Amino acid sequence: MLDHVPHAKAVGLAIVSVEKGVAVVKLPYDEKLVGNPDTGVVHGGVITTLLDNCCGIAVGMALGEMRPIATLDLRIDYMKPATPKLEILARAECYKVTANIAFVRASAYHADASDPIATAVGAFMLDAAGHPKSKSKATS
Amino acid sequence: MELLQRARDQGSKVDLQALIDAIPYCRFLGIEVDRKGSELTMILRFDRKLIGNPMLPALHGGVIGAFLETTAIAQLVLETEAAELPKPVDIGIDYLRSGKPVDTYARAVITKHGRRVCNVRAEAWQDEHSRPIAALHGHFLIKPKD
Repeated sequence: MLDHVPHAKAVGLAIVSVEKGVAVVKLPYDEKLVGNPDTGVVHGGVITTLLDNCCGIAVGMALGEMRPIATLDLRIDYMKPATPKLEILARAECYKVTANIAFVRASAYHADASDPIATAVGAFMLDAAGHPKSKSKATS
Repeated sequence: MELLQRARDQGSKVDLQALIDAIPYCRFLGIEVDRKGSELTMILRFDRKLIGNPMLPALHGGVIGAFLETTAIAQLVLETEAAELPKPVDIGIDYLRSGKPVDTYARAVITKHGRRVCNVRAEAWQDEHSRPIAALHGHFLIKPKD
């Protein structure tokens, strides 16, 4: 599910486990992901990528079939800086699917899910417009 | 960051391109700075590794989010006395259009400059400024010079 996503491969995302409506994804530490060279802490944007992708997979797992989706919005709260050299895990849960929209919540953490680095909530558009496989007609 | 601290100590302007180049993840993404006086435009050069959906193809949502966050941070370094890199507290990103496989631009505005926290809005666009592909709003912690 991640092999065909160039940016996921470029940063090193890997799926840990999936179940109905749930995905766990990991991101190994890498010097190139650092956002503050003084501390070695990864850039907040890397956490965004991890959470966005993990949420997308959770939506796919809730739908149970391959349908084109697009992130509508994503809200991220940063609770603490990630610890340098440690891999980061993300767990996302798609808790509601409607005709057009899927709702997801997620968190990123090192080992203890109850001590998060960041939490996120997001909404995803189903059968996203502009997609070749989409039923709805492209407008842009 | 030493570079930032030194510029603050000397009371000189911060070299934003040098600052961005000193951040490994920004270099990895390929972010450039275009500064004309007080006006700052950030540029994200297209590269295949930034793609999130190869079917469309479209830029990864995380890349667009990271680019907007970096734009907000650069604007804060430009306009505040921050002696350390501003830290995001929370951000919200609205994805308005899919990011095409071309260069992307972004600008940020500081909506409210508090003593410890700043509220920032940023917008990214591609070929037409009036057709933004994504918008960010967020709060950032600022640590001023002691």
